[in-house]
Amino acid sequence: MLIKRNSCYRVAAVMVLGMLACHTNTRPPVPGWPEHFGFGKTATPRQIDSVNISIAPDGKGLPAGSGNAAAGKIVYLAKCAACHGETGAEPTPNRLVATLADTVRAKTIGNYWPYATTVFDYIRRAMPFNAPGSLTNEEVYSLTAFLLYRNAIISDTLQLNAVNLPLIEMPARKYYVNDDRHGGNEVK
Amino acid sequence: MEDKNKPGKKIPRRTMLRAAAVSAAAALMGATGVQRAPGAGALTDTAMGKIPGIDPTKVPGTLPGKLGTRSPFERPEKKPSDISARTPLQELYGIITPSDLHFERSHAGVPLIHPDKYELLIHGMVERPMIFTLRDLKRFPAVSRIAFIECSGNFRSGRETMTPQEICGLTSQSEWTGVMLSTLFREVGVHPKATWFLAEGSDAAVMTRSIPVEKGWKDAMIAYGQNGEAIRPEQGYPARLFLPGWEGNTNVKWIRRIELSDQPFMTREETSKYTETIRDHKIRQFSFDMDARSIITYPSYPQQVEKGWIEIRGIAWSGRGKIDRVEISTDAGKHWTKAVLQEPVMDKAHTYFRYLWYWDGKPTEIMSLAVDDTGYRQPTLKQLVQARGTDMGGYHVNPVTAWMLKSDGTVLFKPEKWK
Repeated sequence: MLIKRNSCYRVAAVMVLGMLACHTNTRPPVPGWPEHFGFGKTATPRQIDSVNISIAPDGKGLPAGSGNAAAGKIVYLAKCAACHGETGAEPTPNRLVATLADTVRAKTIGNYWPYATTVFDYIRRAMPFNAPGSLTNEEVYSLTAFLLYRNAIISDTLQLNAVNLPLIEMPARKYYVNDDRHGGNEVK
Repeated sequence: MEDKNKPGKKIPRRTMLRAAAVSAAAALMGATGVQRAPGAGALTDTAMGKIPGIDPTKVPGTLPGKLGTRSPFERPEKKPSDISARTPLQELYGIITPSDLHFERSHAGVPLIHPDKYELLIHGMVERPMIFTLRDLKRFPAVSRIAFIECSGNFRSGRETMTPQEICGLTSQSEWTGVMLSTLFREVGVHPKATWFLAEGSDAAVMTRSIPVEKGWKDAMIAYGQNGEAIRPEQGYPARLFLPGWEGNTNVKWIRRIELSDQPFMTREETSKYTETIRDHKIRQFSFDMDARSIITYPSYPQQVEKGWIEIRGIAWSGRGKIDRVEISTDAGKHWTKAVLQEPVMDKAHTYFRYLWYWDGKPTEIMSLAVDDTGYRQPTLKQLVQARGTDMGGYHVNPVTAWMLKSDGTVLFKPEKWK
């Protein structure tokens, strides 16, 4: 089917106007500025993939692979216990294990972390401290499973993967509220 | 081989002058030792009086050099720990923090990044994902802005012998120069439905924070300049995110990636770290704004004062706007009087205040209280505990603090407990 070029443009223009009217997150151009300066280069999908390691709480970005607590314990003892203690519940400054029922001041995965995906993301990007980014995805899944098991959140047999990890409900999630300070004459 | 130090060998006049100047300086430093008690202020007159017979009008001085230096008698230093280094607020006179004294906080050390290798990727919910080199960033229209950056975990207490640096030295101010993030947002075409963006650093922690897109359009900057020169490595060389008025951690240093999204990423820093417990076991999240605050930096510990006229001095700031006024009490909070604000009073910026006072020599407590242009009054610790409960977390704690003046002129911090 042939569509006249003009009407094509008209449709596109109407769509753009519609978007501008509906949303606040686009901004009109600055007077005297070009629409684009043309500095910088378009990023290729390969370039993006080489650095894009983000994981969203809904699981978007989680890689293939899986792991469980038993496998995680082996990795943990070899690569994590030096700073976090043999079981993760030792009173180190980097304590990882304590449930809501435990009366400890330490903020742990079990009593403070609101999303399970964060555990995976943080281990993968920043741990172990002396060799960040060195773990395989299998190792990270296994460590995540071990720590969630140690914090009494999952069973020791669960094979953790990209599908079930974001479904885990974290005990501390219910306590989280958004900031409601707005200045003015009140202390919050 | 020629011995350059052989006696009788002709030495160029320039070398001689330099040598003379260096030995004069060495003599000065040797005589005074230029040693001070930790945190002490300038050298005392007594120490200066011990310099034997050095008359600067009778000895040629040092020649012009490639880099400026501090006077050997002035040694302001940051106070480092394993994770941060604090600005010596009590040793500064104005609102700009010298770049080498800007506070530091990092999560896996300061990375070494070659400027030619630097790239900033902006992708996700955009029309055109793009990579900008440092050179690209510098070609865009630039903006400079003077504003503070403060760590949200910036309150320490617990003993009387604490300096302003130890109490709240995790705040500093610079003139930041860079490209507005809104300029880059236009360049990549941010999707209208994008509500958050992830900012990611290229340090060993690959540190990340989620930021509302609205802040990106409003006043966020990708900064590459600090106080007129390239940003320091400790502050994010070659480029960092700068979010005026927002907690330090969100101002992601060494920024390498920005990903536009329709949800926050719930990173470790914005969940398990930079959140605070408040009443009823609640945990407050995304507490971006830094509340108004002030600190008296003179007189403060470890300074000594004498009976008579004292100009009380300090800084006040607010992450929500301008400082409207600073009130001073010299009688432990019974009466309050306005201090004089030094111009310029800028939005989201350290503001210098002064208050002239005659001290009768009797023991008392002096305090400062900042009020910003939203009407927010800096609270007491008691008011903060009333609002947030005794389980109050350690972030965003900005109480009025008091200095105790003793009859012998000693100045001590008044620690208060909340736990």
